[in-house]
Amino acid sequence: MRCRALKTMSLIAAAAVVLTACSPDDPGDASKTLKVAYQKTDSFTALDTMLHAAKQEFEAANQGVSVELQPIQANDDDYGTKLALALRSPSTAPDVFYEDTFKVRSDVDAGYLLKLDSHLQGWEDWDKFDDGAKAAGRADDGGTYAVPLGTDTRAIWYNKKVFTNAGISVPWEPRSWQDILDAARKIKANDPGVVPFNMYAGKGTGEGTVMQGFYELLYGTGAELYDEEAGKWVVGSAGFTDSLAFLKTLYDEQLAVSPAEALDANIWKKVFGEWFPNAKLGATVEGSYAPSFWQEGGSYEWPGYEQDMGVAPFPTRDGQDPGAVSMSGGWTLALGASTKDPDLAFSFLTTALNEKNSLAFTVESSQIAVRQDVAADPGYLGGHPFVKEVSELVSVTRYRPATSDYPRISAAVQEATEAVITGSRSPEEAAADYDAAVTEIVGSDKTIRK
Amino acid sequence: MPVPAAARQLIRYLPVLPAVLLLLVFLAGPVFWAFNASFTNAGLTGRSARDPSWVGLDNYQRLLADPVFPLSLLLTVMFVAGSAVLGQNLLGLVLALLMRRARPAVSAVVGTTVVAAWVLPEIVAAFAAYAYFSGDGTLNQLLRVLGLGGQDWLYAFPMMAIMLANVWRGTAFSMLVYRAALNDVPAEVTEAAQMDGAHGWQRLAFITLPMIRGSITTNLMLVTLQTLAVFTLVWVMTAGGPANASTTLPVLAYLEAFKFGDIGYGTAVASVLILIGAAFGLVYIRLLKDSRS
Repeated sequence: MRCRALKTMSLIAAAAVVLTACSPDDPGDASKTLKVAYQKTDSFTALDTMLHAAKQEFEAANQGVSVELQPIQANDDDYGTKLALALRSPSTAPDVFYEDTFKVRSDVDAGYLLKLDSHLQGWEDWDKFDDGAKAAGRADDGGTYAVPLGTDTRAIWYNKKVFTNAGISVPWEPRSWQDILDAARKIKANDPGVVPFNMYAGKGTGEGTVMQGFYELLYGTGAELYDEEAGKWVVGSAGFTDSLAFLKTLYDEQLAVSPAEALDANIWKKVFGEWFPNAKLGATVEGSYAPSFWQEGGSYEWPGYEQDMGVAPFPTRDGQDPGAVSMSGGWTLALGASTKDPDLAFSFLTTALNEKNSLAFTVESSQIAVRQDVAADPGYLGGHPFVKEVSELVSVTRYRPATSDYPRISAAVQEATEAVITGSRSPEEAAADYDAAVTEIVGSDKTIRK
Repeated sequence: MPVPAAARQLIRYLPVLPAVLLLLVFLAGPVFWAFNASFTNAGLTGRSARDPSWVGLDNYQRLLADPVFPLSLLLTVMFVAGSAVLGQNLLGLVLALLMRRARPAVSAVVGTTVVAAWVLPEIVAAFAAYAYFSGDGTLNQLLRVLGLGGQDWLYAFPMMAIMLANVWRGTAFSMLVYRAALNDVPAEVTEAAQMDGAHGWQRLAFITLPMIRGSITTNLMLVTLQTLAVFTLVWVMTAGGPANASTTLPVLAYLEAFKFGDIGYGTAVASVLILIGAAFGLVYIRLLKDSRS
């Protein structure tokens, strides 16, 4: 009997331990700890390397402070989700974290990010950042909440071997959508076993569908997704329908991959790892970071890619001004609004983003520099042979309208492309579906007909 | 010293207290939280993450107007009926029956093969199924060897592929339940029926099955609830696509809550799922009571 009572008591004690373990940590730690959350994947280790370097540097300079690196192994979408979940509670929120530029505005609205203006004033390096890149960390109230790490642009990457075999002279410089179709048809006629010109579409590739595909088309027609001045989403635009029609042509004439392949979320791995190196793909729209996959130490090492691959700006529809379109994203470092020691956290941020660390990160991950001193460094310019070409696209590049409605709108665009390439809707029908979806998401007073 | 009756009564409940506490904290808590959140516009990010407001039945009204919801509901019912109630349950029963008659060696080999799929963690099983059905996967390679043209199964028949994968993965459970139940059927009863001239089918229908009714109902309840909650398998194989053709309710709830950051709406979907599960549970419990009386 006593034995049972003991067991019961021990169970209760165990439960009590479990329950108290759930309550927030005791803040009374003698030594200070900074939690740093960031993304790390098999193919993206550049940030991990950089933060380890920054940790060493910072801990050496600040005795008694330990930096706890918390890598999150996930793709971009899942990383965003995990980070947002961690930020919801002050007890799990990191002090410093890696933040996607297109989440900055909505996370500021949510109160997750610390306003940095007063800290930035005292940081002399801040003047060395590009104004365009600085804007990516600014919220609706005009304050700056995040410091950019790097940016990217999108362009057409093409395999010179495939193009020369089809009798197209390189360097290839398409001036209009028609030029793209002409080249793709030539490649197809020459070798039906090659995918001539792929553009991502459908929900499988997520943001890749819109950033490396649909938006290049849409903005090249002169249309817009969002009217920044009016603060309204554009519906009923002819450019939207035209862009879908272009995708339909590509997929219907089998100039792109089959719809089934397009909807596989892993297709980009085949693009970088199989099709380009084996000359099975003519061209595709991809980010300026493409060489990071092929260079030494990348996930799909390809000695000689410098000779085989070429890069060209994505043209506007009929070659109208400014002649080319590109999209930019990019990531930042931000501080948690609930950090206990903002000065220390900011100090870590400045260490992580100093010239040396920025340069190493920018080169290793094939980013486009946002610091002028990095951009002028020979180490950056010699990083990979396409740095100059993709960096020049900054002059025509666009950013996503990153309001908190954006993820849903983006999903509606992806759905429209999926309906068109699978043939379940015509471009006109899919555009009408999109208009209805947007109106449903933001309300008719937040849409504008153009 | 004599303990007062009331106190003794309380002490008798003491041993279950930890279990009840754990259940309250880890089971009832989240369920209550989900119901509560489904009446708000709570978000993962944006203004509504900071101070979510009460929106009453708005999320449920939106759910009824959402064209994806009826499709998702239908797919979930299909998935549960096809792969759990029919697939896992029947196949498990048939296997268990056949294994009773098979040679021990055959029975051991079949048993191990079937249980192997069950032993795999869900994520591993899901990747295995993806590798099997995907465009240049095992199935198509086998078909090519046989000289048959392949299909992109995950694209052309996504729900079919997922259901087969779930049957493959879950049948072991039903098989084990039924093997245990069949072992409890006394040989004398079956022999007596045989003496009375009952044929194989008759013995199965009138003797064996009625005697394991309780196990059938329990098994049905467990596989239904397990299948209702399947997420990893669907997410890894198709992520709900193409064009929502395999978006079951758990996937829909995940997409809404985490991909679109609309926790209020996502939990409304999850609440519907909880209600469906509860309804199934009630029906089975009622059946179980009947079979006992």
